[in-house]
Amino acid sequence: MAKAAAKTSASADAAERRPAQAGRSVSAKNIEVKVLPPAERMSLRASEASVAALSKALGLTLPKLPKTSASKAGRTALWLGPDEWFVIDEAGKDPLADCAKVTALHSAVGISHRNVAFAVTGPAAAAAINAGCPQDLSLEAFPVGAASRTILGKCEIVLLRTADDAFRLECWRSFSDYVFTFLSEAASDAAA
Amino acid sequence: MLLIRCPYCEEERPELEFRNAGEAHIARSANMAGESDDDFEKFFFIRSNPKGIIYERWRHIHGCARFFNAVRDTVTDKFVMTYKAGEPKPSKLPKNSNEMASK
Repeated sequence: MAKAAAKTSASADAAERRPAQAGRSVSAKNIEVKVLPPAERMSLRASEASVAALSKALGLTLPKLPKTSASKAGRTALWLGPDEWFVIDEAGKDPLADCAKVTALHSAVGISHRNVAFAVTGPAAAAAINAGCPQDLSLEAFPVGAASRTILGKCEIVLLRTADDAFRLECWRSFSDYVFTFLSEAASDAAA
Repeated sequence: MLLIRCPYCEEERPELEFRNAGEAHIARSANMAGESDDDFEKFFFIRSNPKGIIYERWRHIHGCARFFNAVRDTVTDKFVMTYKAGEPKPSKLPKNSNEMASK
């Protein structure tokens, strides 16, 4: 697996990659929505017994509590379910390669290009996301570092609060146009 | 919007994140080939459809994606309680459903 991953990153330099929605952004009073650069992403499923070994290999402690995340050196692990994590690496290191060394039973799937990420920032960020997301996004219920799979309008998203007034919002690539348009509309409403 | 408590996320979440998955506690026969047609019909098609308390499977599909069981009142549409998949049918239900909701 490590070999395959190395190959992918080598050929990425040769091929011209045009990420979906690249460069799109919208800003209004108190809010900005912009597309984040591509990142390494991994879907990780593992039982309780494998968590310690995987945490060691990934260099961060996989969170065990619902709606939490752990972050270290550009790598973030989000708790999605009791045996499911979503790992994002923005530092360019491949988490798949790290997991490939682990002998403990687990399933690690590379989904780097399945998702598109948006940054929603500003004092009106929570209000804009709440236009389509029914979860309580107050700081008490959804503090910094909180992460959850949820919905936005008609599609599924993964939401991570990165700061008091900043969210990282991940959606499937084919939904990204819908999500960006939705957030743009919501941003103009929330700013008003 | 209804708030449903997910036993895996350990909190109440909006109903839009959930999907109903039919009646709970219907055991599949260990010897399916040996089932008579009548027994198979009962297992496969016949559901209790009660007026009042019903035990259902639900899935937190847009959340932790886990299946769990819920006790719901079909008359008031209130959720009485929820519990993890695989746990036995609760022998006693909480008296006041609001009690559960506030927890």
